[in-house]
Amino acid sequence: MKQRNFRSLAIVAGLALAASSAYAQVKIAYIDPLSGPFANVGEAGLKGFKEAAEILVNQKGGIKGQKLEFVGFDNKGSPQESQIQLKAAIDQGFRYITQGNGSGAAHALIDAVNKWNARNPDKTVLFFNYAAVDPTLTNEKCSFWHFRFDANSEMKMEAITNFLEGDKKMKKVFIIGQDYAHGHQVAKYAKEMLAKKRKDVKVVGDDLHPIGRVKDFAPYIAKIKASGADTVITGNWGNDLSLLVKAAKDAKLNTRFITYYAGGLGTPQAMGASGEGKVLQLTEWHMNVPTKDTEKFALDFNKKYPGVWFYYLRINNMVQMVAKAMNEAKSLDPKEVALALEDMRFKVDTGEVWMRKSDHQAMQPLYISIFAKAGGKNVKYDSEGTGYGWKTLATISQRDSQLPTACIMERP
Amino acid sequence: MEFVVISLLNGITYGLLLFMLSSGLTLIFSMMGILNFAHASFYMLGAYFAYQISTLVGFWPGLLVAPLLVGAVGALVERYGLRRAHRFGHVAELLFTFGLAFVVEEVVHLIWGKVAVDYKIPDELDGTLFTLFDTAFPMYRGFMMLVSVGMLVALYALLTRTRIGLIIQAALTKPDMVEALGHNVPRIFMLVFGGGTALAGLAGVIGGNAFITEPGMAAAVGSIVFVIVVVGGLGSLGGAFIASLLIGCIQTFSVGLSISITDVFALIGVELLEGSQVARLTITQLAPVLPYLLMVAILIFRPRGLMGAREN
Repeated sequence: MKQRNFRSLAIVAGLALAASSAYAQVKIAYIDPLSGPFANVGEAGLKGFKEAAEILVNQKGGIKGQKLEFVGFDNKGSPQESQIQLKAAIDQGFRYITQGNGSGAAHALIDAVNKWNARNPDKTVLFFNYAAVDPTLTNEKCSFWHFRFDANSEMKMEAITNFLEGDKKMKKVFIIGQDYAHGHQVAKYAKEMLAKKRKDVKVVGDDLHPIGRVKDFAPYIAKIKASGADTVITGNWGNDLSLLVKAAKDAKLNTRFITYYAGGLGTPQAMGASGEGKVLQLTEWHMNVPTKDTEKFALDFNKKYPGVWFYYLRINNMVQMVAKAMNEAKSLDPKEVALALEDMRFKVDTGEVWMRKSDHQAMQPLYISIFAKAGGKNVKYDSEGTGYGWKTLATISQRDSQLPTACIMERP
Repeated sequence: MEFVVISLLNGITYGLLLFMLSSGLTLIFSMMGILNFAHASFYMLGAYFAYQISTLVGFWPGLLVAPLLVGAVGALVERYGLRRAHRFGHVAELLFTFGLAFVVEEVVHLIWGKVAVDYKIPDELDGTLFTLFDTAFPMYRGFMMLVSVGMLVALYALLTRTRIGLIIQAALTKPDMVEALGHNVPRIFMLVFGGGTALAGLAGVIGGNAFITEPGMAAAVGSIVFVIVVVGGLGSLGGAFIASLLIGCIQTFSVGLSISITDVFALIGVELLEGSQVARLTITQLAPVLPYLLMVAILIFRPRGLMGAREN
């Protein structure tokens, strides 16, 4: 109850603020699920953006003196609703949007933004993608109006399979994913790359389940068990991942899980001690990567929003890079900002983020880490108060993470 | 073998939970002729009430109090909502329950927010009950089975062995006669509606923490519950029981079967053309659709359901 009151108070305060300084503001529409099965993921992302804008931009002078602000638009996780929300945002005067949860929604947005910009060259819109990882978004379907700040699925799987190349314990792999673009891509790349790098490994299962609708993963766990797999590869995120690992824990399934997203948003809590030494993730950052400023930022964030844990370093990277591009462009016109953003090399806590000009895909260092008992030098912080945290097993340099692109970009 | 046994256990647990939900729905339908579209909303209310109680005084009091609260809400809805709507016929009733489902969802949004709440399994039940072929069977699933079977036995005893059960059964087929004998039939209706929603509430209490407590949970089970009632036969408790277990097992086993439609047709000697997307779909991918296919088949071939008494 207390939280609700606080929230409504915050909304009122926000409205008052928005009303008082409507002119002096750079606003970005955050189009992501704020209700439905992935509401927790969407809420965490929005808090991340607001906090990053406040601490990393507004308190350091803002954008040419103006404040950067993120406003939530609930797309309920659906591509159709994303387009409706985009229209609503444009009608309200937004020229910048960001989205991340679900490549289906990202596809819908990139199409809608391309069409809008072709028809309204004087009112263009720019799309910052912080988490939708379908490789086609920066390959066949790449757009001048789209920038991706997360490594794409192909890059992630390349890094994971390179890591697995030397892992002789792995004999049988089970691939499970959500039944939409992202899940299909993960399965496709995992199979292709394993076939090349590990001919001895057998893929004993390859399953897709309806996204956001499975509440009981026990039948899938029974199937994984029956397949005799020793390693599970999954691109699942949000509750689809936490419920999966929870069911695995309940059935005492003793396989390794190699994931993209086990590091946050409730999954560490769902695993608890059962994930120790068994769950791996590939990310651009985790709490035990030694950093200068991010550590403090994350600790402050966790204190400020109890129950939500800082998870997305790429949100911080994106907010700073966008602010820098706007400042350097000396203009708030999306086209000028896009031109300033492409080819930008930005120094962040983990190294350098390079926004490749040819496809607008960010290149950054990546980390493979394993869930391990917290304490000691390597696992200084635990994850989500579980007593277990992430220990780095491998670091992939920005250069090694790069892959060629098939993008042929139409430039305005 | 291991897969079959574990899947059977999983299927039965899920089926029993579905039965708890559908028993109330079918009871209400058989007594009052009302198809309660808001039934799954009471399931959700049960979970949220139990969550709220568990944050205050723990899980166990909630197990008892939350269903009673849900039943009270249900009884009030019947007394002050449905009974009025009833005067305007079945369509008005149907629309009333349909609207109620949305109202409940919005109320849940307002009170508990749009994000899932952290409703946890109590520590006492968080462990392994037994290990079969080195797959652990969680204690909580055993507890779910126990509660559902206990509820089934209690419900059966209530309906067949007690005086109130006799009157309810009589009111089911001959409400005018029962009224003529001096019983307050509207009050019986209120009790049945309250009781039916309380059963849904109980399912919510034990289902909410086994899976997840979120505003979408009502919609997630809402349609499947109707499938069960239709397949089992509208108004038949026995039918609902069999249909629940059947659907529970279908959903569990279909996930495990990696054979494709082509393979299925090959079994009966029909060769399908290569390369078609549809033909390559596996049973696992079809799993979410299968219960609805079953419902359609039942409606075509046996419209009164497996054990339904009436044709319409």
